[in-house]
Amino acid sequence: MPSSEITPRAVWEDRRRFLRVAAAGAALLAARPGEAAVARPGRLAPIVDLQETSHGKELEPTDYGDFTSYNNFVELGVGKEAPARNAHLLRTRPWTLKAEGECEAPGAIGIDDLLTQFPQEERIYRLRCVETWAAVVPWVGVPLNAVLARFKPTSKAKFVEFESISDPDRLPGQRRPVLPWPYVEGLRIDEAMHPLALLATGCYGEVLPGQNGAPLRLVVPWKYGFKSAKSIVRVRFTEQMPRTTWALMQPDEYGFYANVNPQVDHPRWSQGRERPLGAGLFARRRPTLMFNGYATEVADLYRGMDLSRHY
Amino acid sequence: MKTIAALRRWQPPRAAQAVVVLVALVPLALLVVDAATDGLGANPVETVLHRTGDWTLRLLLATLTVTPLRRWTGWQWLLRFRRPLGLLAFGYAVLHGLTYVALDRGLVWDEILVDVLKRPYVTVGLAALVLMVPLAATSTRAMMRRLGPNWQRLHRLVYAIGVLAVLHFLWSSKLDRIEPLVYAVTLVVLLLLRLPASARSPRPLVVEGSCEPRC
Repeated sequence: MPSSEITPRAVWEDRRRFLRVAAAGAALLAARPGEAAVARPGRLAPIVDLQETSHGKELEPTDYGDFTSYNNFVELGVGKEAPARNAHLLRTRPWTLKAEGECEAPGAIGIDDLLTQFPQEERIYRLRCVETWAAVVPWVGVPLNAVLARFKPTSKAKFVEFESISDPDRLPGQRRPVLPWPYVEGLRIDEAMHPLALLATGCYGEVLPGQNGAPLRLVVPWKYGFKSAKSIVRVRFTEQMPRTTWALMQPDEYGFYANVNPQVDHPRWSQGRERPLGAGLFARRRPTLMFNGYATEVADLYRGMDLSRHY
Repeated sequence: MKTIAALRRWQPPRAAQAVVVLVALVPLALLVVDAATDGLGANPVETVLHRTGDWTLRLLLATLTVTPLRRWTGWQWLLRFRRPLGLLAFGYAVLHGLTYVALDRGLVWDEILVDVLKRPYVTVGLAALVLMVPLAATSTRAMMRRLGPNWQRLHRLVYAIGVLAVLHFLWSSKLDRIEPLVYAVTLVVLLLLRLPASARSPRPLVVEGSCEPRC
């Protein structure tokens, strides 16, 4: 074979590179239609007809194992590992979300109706815990305002209260009065109606694991994580500000608003920086963003308020 | 009565001290293994902080158990475990402090200063660690001889260290106070056990039939 027929090294290297890129591109395109942007961990039932959105496309989701092994869900036990260990004790069927209070159409909706009657959107949000750890979570859920609107809140509905599961016979954390049960959270009605607020049915393309608040939880990405009540059974429209669990427990440490704010410290620690889950032993903390990075969308809700007083 | 006398005379094997030290180093070994194998969980810095803090407290309380237990059993040889236990407690406390300063706070000194000045649980924690330094530094036989009766006076600081360390744990825990309360109650018991003894006039340490030259 004459040496002229030998393909020059640079050419075949280029060719191989092209093939690799083309194969990767084809794989990417094939994955597109109807599928979640985030790889499913394959641990729980997938959410069907999941709709992609542009929320948080630029964010790198936290490892599923990290997000589901390090949880605050006192109903399932005190400590970060207990909730995952006891998650099997949480019964998620049958499950009904009841709505009452200042609304024209009080009633209830079953979890399976909620999953089929509303579009299930995938939204990748930052999550910031008041304890300074942070995560990026590809949630799946329904815009909260769409669900609340179904119950037709009246003009007297100034606040919405969210009540979590109460099942002391099964849930080990509720056998002791560690917190006053059931767990209660709340939002001002305009916060609840904000398009970013989500009623999550899943994460990472699958239904929620018990330790993360199955089968239905609140996600308010610009507030500290404890505002995003887990395993919700009831919403109540009220005229008065709800008496929320942590604000009752330690009013000097946890307020009703609990907006992520690097300038307002917790009495026992700085809120200026945060530690992403799974970052490793030697990773530095990164700066916490005002309203957890959602200031453009939500800052108007708090115009004129002294955020160091309304923490 | 005979068996009691025999029990009082009982001596552990000579290797006992080494065994206690090795056992107390197991948590450190596990920490290193877990760190090397990605076994510290989603928030590894917090895990290291908690584990080193827990073992500081446990070893500190073990140190404080030596004297009452020795009085009660008449086993003078228990004294041999006091120094290694105290030094191991100090070692875990240093690791705890270094983890906080370097891994948790990333050596951001102005932030650390604010913590120390503004947050009581950090203040008392640092105070406990600082007070441990002179005790560790004077733990040698030579220093014991040099300081004479002042040595014991100085080492009574361990009571204050115990109180500060327990307060540090109590004030840093958010929800479940049971664990820190267990430490607090243990400490109170160990301190109360000392009250009648210190009220009594000093007496020779030798208990009948139990003396050995090496203690």
